[in-house]
Amino acid sequence: MQNQQRIKDAAEKFGAENTVVILGSSDAEGAELYAETVTVGDPTFAGPLGGVSLGLPVYHIFDEAIKTEADPTAWEEQVAMMEMVLDTDALAMAVAKMREEHSAAKL
Amino acid sequence: MTRAAIKGTAYCLNYASELGCYYGNTPYTERVEHGESEFIQKLPPKIQSYEAAASYPPNLAYIGAMSVEELEASAQPWYTHLKDLSRFGKYGEIMPEDEFIGLMDLCDVFDLIWLEKTFAAEVREKLEKHPLLKKEQLDRLEAGHDLSEINAETEKDGALPLYYGGKVVGCCRKGHHSDENLAAHILLENLASKAGGVLVLLHLLKNTGMDALEVRYVIECSEEAVGDMNQRGGGNIAKAIAEIAGCKNASGCDVRGFCAAPVDAMTIAAGLVASGAQANVAVVSGGAIPKLFMNARDHVRKDLPALENCLGNFAAMITPPDGVTPEMRLDALGVHTVGAGASPQAVTTALVYEPLQKAGLTFTDIDKYAPELHIPEITLPAGAGNVPEANFKMIAALAVMKQQLEKQAMPEFIKKHGLPGFAHTQGHIPSGVPYLGHAVDAIKEGKMTRAMIIGKGSLFLGRLTNLADGLSFMVEAAAPAAKASEGGITKDEVKHVLLDVLAEFAEKLKA
Repeated sequence: MQNQQRIKDAAEKFGAENTVVILGSSDAEGAELYAETVTVGDPTFAGPLGGVSLGLPVYHIFDEAIKTEADPTAWEEQVAMMEMVLDTDALAMAVAKMREEHSAAKL
Repeated sequence: MTRAAIKGTAYCLNYASELGCYYGNTPYTERVEHGESEFIQKLPPKIQSYEAAASYPPNLAYIGAMSVEELEASAQPWYTHLKDLSRFGKYGEIMPEDEFIGLMDLCDVFDLIWLEKTFAAEVREKLEKHPLLKKEQLDRLEAGHDLSEINAETEKDGALPLYYGGKVVGCCRKGHHSDENLAAHILLENLASKAGGVLVLLHLLKNTGMDALEVRYVIECSEEAVGDMNQRGGGNIAKAIAEIAGCKNASGCDVRGFCAAPVDAMTIAAGLVASGAQANVAVVSGGAIPKLFMNARDHVRKDLPALENCLGNFAAMITPPDGVTPEMRLDALGVHTVGAGASPQAVTTALVYEPLQKAGLTFTDIDKYAPELHIPEITLPAGAGNVPEANFKMIAALAVMKQQLEKQAMPEFIKKHGLPGFAHTQGHIPSGVPYLGHAVDAIKEGKMTRAMIIGKGSLFLGRLTNLADGLSFMVEAAAPAAKASEGGITKDEVKHVLLDVLAEFAEKLKA
């Protein structure tokens, strides 16, 4: 809930066109839920983004667009291990689906 | 000395479906916020019965009525492929709820638990048959109160009703007229943890063949806070547990570290014993009422049985090395430091890779890894995944990154060095330690060389830090006991040599 507020505040402060959300969810269902929350609005209406459509560009960290932007050394230290553990394609696609349909802007 | 022996372990479950239905945090807050909502009404018929819980393969593995290998081979879903009912197992028991309510009364020394007279008599009869409860403990049971007195307490004086078979059979009273920290629901939570701790400590004494009077120190490692408004978390449930168990020669203290506390407590206990500060230490913990039915919303919604119906307890006895009993190594602990970082990679590196490096071992030198061992049938429907499996995947992935494993060998590694989850979502209870008993037995039987027990804690829950946390230790066969005469010289031998030399010298002087 606090993260929803942080995202809402950041979008207001910096502008939706200057804010990108990067998700690190480990399951596709959760990733899709959070992607929906920052685009269409919190579908559970549990937090501050319930009914609030920010349309923010949202990516999963495993999305190629994000990976190419990442510092390779930091990537190796922080993320490389989880690439072998999780279904990276499924996660990137779950978020991409929401982004294609509902994000107002993209990277 | 950098090792301590694990003389024995004990694991119990307290079936607590009605306690959970009313005072598990998920149903409790649902009732407070939404009254008798759809979830509250749908929950009771979905609750797994005592008979089913005492036949449920993961529960049987937990108390040692089944081996981990047998659990792995059991048909799934486990909740529809029940085994024969086993109340008792090699390590402990699955106690029915009426006896547990009686046990809480037995453990209560402030007249907080009241039992209805008939129920008190019935439960006394049952507890008198319990193989481990002695007269000194049974004498603590109360004769009971009229139901009208109990109802007066619950209706007018902030007491919480205790249910069995859908009826009110007692209550837990508050401990102070206004102190929130001594409200009935906090005292009930603490008493349940204490009672579970007492039961499992009694099983530990039986499993180790030790007398209560031999125990020197007890360290308790639950997540409860015991105190009042001026000292909210003062603690020392350890000593309260030791008192009821009859450990008159023991002192104790509590160790807190969220879910990592059991591993912390074991390493601290081992340090006390390895240094000689204490002759032995019993590490003990009861279970947590708030976590009962924690994920039940998802279970009910998906028409699955509500399986979180048991409080979990565990205990371990730490003693000095004796050349035979499997041991904890203290020379290569996995430590997650303040600066270590919170990513899964950083945590796994700190807890698994670094201690292996320190000990000159590789990932495959650990026969079995025991991280958080939650029952997957509980966590998967709730969107939390298969927690043990996720841990084994991370360990395997790190092994690949450290070039100690080929990527294509990951699935085989996970199968060979991993375990099925068989512990209840009781927070600290599943955190590595449920496998300890099985590991110690396997090492004793020569079936296994080495296990790694890994505990992790979620410190952010207390709102003081966002840091991750964890600790790990390895368990191995006993190091061979040093034999004084082999390769060394005794004092007598030295004396003889000296006398011979002096005699020779004396001869030379005479000549």
